[in-house]
Amino acid sequence: MPGQEVVSWLRTRFFPHIWCPGCGHGIIMHSLLRALVTLDKKQSETVIASGIGCSSRMAGYIDACTVHTTHGRSLGFATGIKLAKPELTVIDVMGDGDCSAIGGNHFIHACRRNIDITAIVMNNNIYGMTGGQASPTTPVGSMATTTPYGAIDPSFDICKLAEGAGASYVARTSIANPKQAEQYIMKGIQKKGFSVIEVLTHCHTTFGRRNNRKTPIDNVNFFKANTVPLSKAKDMCEEDLVGKIVIGEFVDKDVPEYTAQYLSLIERVRG
Amino acid sequence: MPEVAFWQGNEAIAYGALAAGCRFFGGYPITPSSEIAEIMAEELPKVNGRFIQMEDEIAGMAAVIGASIAGLKSLTATSGPGFSLKQENLGLAYMAEIPVVLVDVMRGGPSTGLPTKIAQQDVMQARWGTHGDHGTICYSPASVQECYDITVKAFNAAERYRQPVLILSDEVLGHMREKVVMKKLDPTQLVNRKRPNVVPEKFIPYLADPKDDLPCMASFGDGYRWHVTGLTHNDWGFPTNNPEEIEKKMKRLMRKIDRFRDDIVEYETAFTDDAEILVLAYGSVARSSLSAVNEARSRGIKAGFFRPVTLWPFPDKEVEKLARKIKTIIVPELNCGQMVLEVERAVHGRSKVVAQSLVDGELFKPDQIFKVIEEVA
Repeated sequence: MPGQEVVSWLRTRFFPHIWCPGCGHGIIMHSLLRALVTLDKKQSETVIASGIGCSSRMAGYIDACTVHTTHGRSLGFATGIKLAKPELTVIDVMGDGDCSAIGGNHFIHACRRNIDITAIVMNNNIYGMTGGQASPTTPVGSMATTTPYGAIDPSFDICKLAEGAGASYVARTSIANPKQAEQYIMKGIQKKGFSVIEVLTHCHTTFGRRNNRKTPIDNVNFFKANTVPLSKAKDMCEEDLVGKIVIGEFVDKDVPEYTAQYLSLIERVRG
Repeated sequence: MPEVAFWQGNEAIAYGALAAGCRFFGGYPITPSSEIAEIMAEELPKVNGRFIQMEDEIAGMAAVIGASIAGLKSLTATSGPGFSLKQENLGLAYMAEIPVVLVDVMRGGPSTGLPTKIAQQDVMQARWGTHGDHGTICYSPASVQECYDITVKAFNAAERYRQPVLILSDEVLGHMREKVVMKKLDPTQLVNRKRPNVVPEKFIPYLADPKDDLPCMASFGDGYRWHVTGLTHNDWGFPTNNPEEIEKKMKRLMRKIDRFRDDIVEYETAFTDDAEILVLAYGSVARSSLSAVNEARSRGIKAGFFRPVTLWPFPDKEVEKLARKIKTIIVPELNCGQMVLEVERAVHGRSKVVAQSLVDGELFKPDQIFKVIEEVA
């Protein structure tokens, strides 16, 4: 059961939520809320932005300054909010479709600018809300309603994408490690710069049932069996890593942050 | 800022925005609107404002909506394909009732069309470009002075009616230089969105005052927590599937503009008292048209001139009234006939309506319009 402090961050009057019983999104929301509580963030100074899809509904359930935007575009809105009021804590919760398909351009440029926003990517490898169509993170060979003969296009590695585009904190974990998710999110929020925390989650309703992971617990077990910590993976050969997902912190660096740069530009211009 | 300047229309829009209190610009370079972004990039830091060049037109629109939610008066400017790209998030601003100003410096289309040439092909897109019903406020300046003045008005309207306001300029106006006199604006001439006057716990973000159908708007970071969504929502800002709540929201979105229609609508007329022929034109074309009407008058033809300053809402009542005593209305447009449809709707067949189309990338010469006046006289 969530603690009272966490509950105070929820708009419980809008429950029951729309997520399917056993959905991983609730675990991620709980990790996020614990991180916000631990960091002593104020609800009226915290912004949660989201795009479209199951993940996006999280913004509605959190009692903060919340903005549920258009598909893939949430980082554009979040960027406007953050630049207008840099003192606000801005979190962007998105799905794999938001992040790596329709919003891919916004994602790489938010990384490039290194604007102080924490992006939490709930990667369930599928478009769940629309009924289970393949996404850019659907693994090759997986079944989806739009890949009835198995996906043939290679999937995106969101963390590598974020690292390549210049994010200052990049980490991955899964819903099988909620405590680790909380820690990574906390570090992301504290990092002065653009942070990406990819949390592997599942949609047993639309992905799992077509890919031998029918129940929520099948998926948790899948993550437990197939994720490898970065520290361990370093010593493993390529062969042993086939089919495994590396989790851990990939980037943690301090580089100039966009709004700080802009504020110093203002100072320079105004003399 | 000088009191008198010799500016291009795009410059006048940028300085008008600053005078109106605009403190945020988000956008993407596109001809022929880029000067607006360039000036904002230079000027905004000087007034502690914010400029950001986004990765595309879509993100430019998103950023200005975000900045407005955080309390800054915000502007974006674009043209042609960029206006198309902005339609998705423009719709969110209508639905979530976020004040922003969008300038479209019209060029020829469809598609990439004529990036450096004038056209007026976005008139219907301005009204109906984003999906779904909504009221539209769209201004059409016809001089560089008016580019300045209208931009102030556009910000005021956006703040007052809590929705996006469009300015349809055009390539000729954007790049034409004219004298501009900057009237001193005192704070009472600038409108700011209605702020909530209740404590945060009592704030119902979309509860409108029945007197004006307009809800108060809090800014993120001002102590109020609320939910912004593009989904159809109830007074609390939360998604709803309740037919009553859906209808209430949709009807109010339309009504908040309809009921203030007479306050919003603006137009200009010349020689209409005894006119038998009326030339109805907007934007740069209005300049050629007024020249043609003057020429006609000098030759004894009873021609008049009507210029909608607001394209949306269209001054239909005013046009209808004139149509009762006018034989023929000529509508010269740099498109294949868009605003003429609205004129036909307004006049109910009371006068003959003649469309005059020009789509060769050039502006009408007064002679071309005068010839049509002569033909119908």
